[in-house]
Amino acid sequence: MTSDEIEILVNGQPRMARIGQAVSELLSELELDGRLVVVELNRQILRRGELSEVKLEPGDRVELVNFVGGG
Amino acid sequence: MTTTLEDVGAEVRDEPLRIADRTFRSRLIVGSGKYRDNEEMVRAIRAAGAEMVTVAVRRVDLDASKEESLLHWLDPAEFFVLPNTAGCYSADEAIRYARLGRASGLTDWVKLEVIGDQETLLPDTDELLKATRVLVDEGFTVLPYTNDDLVTALKLEEAGASAVMPLGSPIGSGLGLLNPVNVRILKDRLSVPVIVDAGVGTASDACITMEQGADAILMNTALAEAERPEIMAGAMRMAVEAGRLAYLAGRMPRREWAVPSSPLGGMLS
Repeated sequence: MTSDEIEILVNGQPRMARIGQAVSELLSELELDGRLVVVELNRQILRRGELSEVKLEPGDRVELVNFVGGG
Repeated sequence: MTTTLEDVGAEVRDEPLRIADRTFRSRLIVGSGKYRDNEEMVRAIRAAGAEMVTVAVRRVDLDASKEESLLHWLDPAEFFVLPNTAGCYSADEAIRYARLGRASGLTDWVKLEVIGDQETLLPDTDELLKATRVLVDEGFTVLPYTNDDLVTALKLEEAGASAVMPLGSPIGSGLGLLNPVNVRILKDRLSVPVIVDAGVGTASDACITMEQGADAILMNTALAEAERPEIMAGAMRMAVEAGRLAYLAGRMPRREWAVPSSPLGGMLS
């Protein structure tokens, strides 16, 4: 781990992120379309407009969800 | 060939299905789970003539190669997408999933499921009622999946549910409508629509369910697990319409003894 990296949890899996990295940048890294994915950060749902404003912090728990087939 | 209510004659007047502030022409609502692939799913849903389609809320699979989003196949311009809370075992968990579904920006409707038992997938009606109250308060249009018990259904209606969705038999069982009497009781006592959710296995099950006066049916496995889903979907579409027509027509009374259909007079001596 370098000094400008932090560890976060994405969908339950540990992942390294950069200090000050916006949530929208995380989505880009993961090649996810912010219009099709809902983001929950530490149990709070982020609005689409917040994705580029909210910065990741050490220990953040990020959940990325979408719709799948279901009855 | 598609038989519709209109084909039978202008004297049959049926209202469209009305739930909260929306109306639907189709009384067949379908799920999107368990199909062999998305193409087969969409073909079946179109063959069913369904306007409303349920979806589940799940973590994005970060390991999967970039597969197309479900909404690429289920265009919200073509279908009314109804997020569910399947797999939730408490009110808190179901509320969390409902909020995530709404955050998609597509809808503030939710098919509310709170399961109480892993083997039977029967609903936990205490938690269901609790979650219904909270979500109605937050402005959701709540469609709770429940058992076929009148008292629970009345409480859900009282709590602000926009429909109640009693099971015909356990989810994915295909056992059909096990208690037709309860559906009739619910229809008799509730003002909101009664949508039988779960249990239909084949077309006759759907027809019998609609004959009881159910406002609509929600099904998934009966289509997805059919050998030919698209054909079964067409059969279900006709069965739902046939059952609805039979209900509107008013069936003959049941009798213990035969009554001849031909005249008794005029027999040869």
